[in-house]
This record gives sequence, C-alpha cells and structure tokens, in this order.
Amino acid sequence: MYDKKLKIIWLTAISCNGNSHSFLNYPHLEQFIDDFEFIYHPLIYSKYSLQDLINKDIECDILLLEGAISPEFKKMDEPIINLVDKYAHKAKKIITVGTCATFGGIFSQSDYAYTTGLHFDKENPTFLFKSLKHKTISISGCPIQPEVLANTIYAIQKNMDLKLDNYLRPKEFFAYTIHNGCTRNEYFEYKVDNHTFGKKEGCMFYEHGCQAPYTNGSCNKILWNGVNSKTRAGLPCMGCTSPDFPKQNLFKTKKNMGIPQNLPLGVGKRTYLTLAGITKAFSIKRLEEDLF
Amino acid sequence: MLTKKEQKKEKIIRNALLLFAKNGFYATTIPDIASTLKMSVGNMYNYFKSKDILAKEIIKYISAYLGSKIKKINEEDISTKEKTKKIIEMYFKTAMSKPEMIDYFLRIYLSNREVFLDGCEGMICVNEFVIEVMIYFEEGVKSGDLRDQDFFSAFGLFMGYLGGMVFLKGENILPKELNDYIDDITYNIYKALSV
Repeated sequence: MYDKKLKIIWLTAISCNGNSHSFLNYPHLEQFIDDFEFIYHPLIYSKYSLQDLINKDIECDILLLEGAISPEFKKMDEPIINLVDKYAHKAKKIITVGTCATFGGIFSQSDYAYTTGLHFDKENPTFLFKSLKHKTISISGCPIQPEVLANTIYAIQKNMDLKLDNYLRPKEFFAYTIHNGCTRNEYFEYKVDNHTFGKKEGCMFYEHGCQAPYTNGSCNKILWNGVNSKTRAGLPCMGCTSPDFPKQNLFKTKKNMGIPQNLPLGVGKRTYLTLAGITKAFSIKRLEEDLF
Repeated sequence: MLTKKEQKKEKIIRNALLLFAKNGFYATTIPDIASTLKMSVGNMYNYFKSKDILAKEIIKYISAYLGSKIKKINEEDISTKEKTKKIIEMYFKTAMSKPEMIDYFLRIYLSNREVFLDGCEGMICVNEFVIEVMIYFEEGVKSGDLRDQDFFSAFGLFMGYLGGMVFLKGENILPKELNDYIDDITYNIYKALSV
C-alpha cells in the first residue's frame, strides 16, 4: 500500500527509558515494526548504532525524542542538542515522546543546567528549537500510552490532519480529561469519597489527590494493556501528562479551608461549590455501600 | 428585570419576612400576611402554595441578599483583614437596617428546623451566603493570611460570633451599639483565624 516505509529514529535524552518500555507493550508491535523502519532505537533491533548516528549522516522521516534535554547532557561525548538539531532538521515530523521530552518532567529537577522539554519548560515555551515547532507533535505521559504514540505515527503515515492543542498534543487523545470514562463518575457526581486505596467504590478527587478532572489524556478511553486504568483500579490519577508533573503529595488533595485547590477543568469556583453543596446535602445509600 | 409576578412575589416575601420575624413562624398565618398586603388569601396561594414553601423562599431570599453583599467584598482588591472588617460591618449594618433578616435567620430558620427539613436539606437554602463565606476563607488561606483548617470550625467561629452579638443586641443586653464593637470583633476574629 505504501511504496516506502517511513524511517524512524528514536533518540533517548535524559530519560529513564520508561516510554521505550511502555512502547514494547504495544499489542501490535510486530505489525508496527513491519510497517515502519527503525533506523535507530535503543532497545529494538535497528540498522544503525548510536555511534553511526553521531558519525554518519543518516536519512530519517520521523524523529522520536524521549527524555528531557539540556545543553550539558551528552551521549557518547556528543551534546544531545547537537544530535537533536541534526536529525530534527532532516525529519519531516518530530514527536516528543513522554512528559520529560515535552515539558521537562521529573528530570527538570536533575542537576543538568536548563533541563527542559523540546519546546516547553513546564508550561512555558522555550526558544532553542522554536523553528522546529511547526513540525512537532507532543505525546505527554509518564509513560506514554503505547496506542497513542503508535496511532499518531500511523496518522503521520496516512498524512492525516491532526488537530493539536496548545502544547502540540493531538486533540484526538488529549482533548479529553482522564475523568472521561472513569468508572467512579457516579461517586464524583454525588461527592462520595473513597477512603481505602484499591477499593472499587468512591471518588478519589476529594481526599486522595486524584487529578483526573483537570488532567488531559485518554487513560480511561484507551485502557492500559486493554484492561485497566489507575483510577479504575483504585489509585488516583497523578496528572502525569500535565506540564507541571510531578507535583508533590500525590495521594492527598490540596485544599484550602475545605475547597480543593484545583477544580475540574473549566469549572468556576462558585459553580463547583453550588453543585457540591447540593449533592453534599443528600445521602445516596447505594453509593455508600460496597459493590460486592 | 423582574416580571410583574416576580415583583409581587418579592413584595410578599418582604412583608411575610417582617411578620415572621416579629411574631414567629407558627403565630403568623397566611391570612395575616395577605391582610398586610391587602390581598385575598386565595390570591396569596397563587404565589405560594403553602406557608412552609413561603418560609423556604424567604430564607433563600435572605441568603441571596447576604451572599451578594459578601461577593462584592470578596471581589474587592483588599487584604483579608480588610475583608474581615467589611463583612462584619455589612452584617451589623443589615442587622440594624433590616433586623428582620438576621432575626429570621436566627429565630425562624435555626429555631424551626422541622419546617425546613424537606426542601432545605443541608445548606441548600443558604447556599449563596455559605459559598461566599467559603470563598472568603479559601482566598484568605491562599493568600497566606488565614490558617488552613476545617471549614466549619472557622465558619462557626465567625458566624456564631456575629449571630451571638446580634442576638444579644436584640435582647437589649448589649450596653453599646453594634457598630461600637466592630474594631474589637474584627481584631478577635482575624487573630483567631490568621496564621
């Protein structure tokens, strides 16, 4: 169907390799490897080595960048920003894979100076690679959902017009909040808290730090391993796709005199308090009881 | 712009409020209210189907009135201490100029809970007032002025104090005017709530 397989370079900067590992769980990986050509990948067999990437001038269609960048960080004595610069200019498309490559993520707290994402330092734009912004797509997540990355690459292959949000993330996957599709929505609506981690009952937004109502992503639309999500399993969403990830006290909702500091996306304080006040006034027996 | 029917409803609410606050909930009848408005009892029921429903509408009316006053203060670009003083001033001013509002809150709403059980669950009927108090607290905590604590421990301290003072005034026990206590009460409340 396609005359030529798109050539992909997966470049790893300041990273834990978590996104590479997550991608290995893509259920159709064999098909994917058949459809594209990995010129270089740190874990998957590929034609060239990192040394080749540095010494040679290799053709590439899509550059995948995993991990944060810093002018101080080198791979095999080569500054990572030189490597990014070299292949980003050759590539037709660039994808920042994961929250570190997109916003700096947890590695923005590393000892390397000026550690940021490719185009963002948390929510603030950076300027070093500004000229490449027009061909970049961000896939944030710690780690990324393999389907989101794979489907974005397939969309590039098919020349689809992907609508992006302000952080260059495909709206197809990031226009939703993690709250969408959460099996605990009834508990959220009627303000029934969950007091035990891992239980199927209760909402974790009010006490347990769940960030799903104000975090963009598809975790409850595209289930992890086709099975589950954090919130469904009983663990709060930690907001890992957000520019300010990671925050502190991930298991406790930050409140000021009883009002959550972060409210559901786009919901005004008075609107939230009015609804909460009404639902708090009633007790729904079914939602107070264990499901099983 | 209120419709003619809404204007009439508000007039009934204001008159009924005066009577309830003066004579109590049970001693006030629909015919009493109708007669002060020179309305027939039958016509009154076109506006409110029962005395209980009217009583609930009155508390919502008071809550909306006080809520809108506090909202204005919340939206001012002033310190939490200044907001504290302004809320106290507003509350006492209302108690002096519209004593029936605070009286109704203390002597009807809080004292006849059986009337309000169905339809005014929790804080539904006083939501607009409570929300603005919550926002005053929340913004005070966020700005680093107030100590983070359980909402009700702070709410009780603030509103219980003010309600108590107005109650004492209503019983003619206070030797001075309410306004004479504003500075001391502001000092006490702010000191108790601040970090």
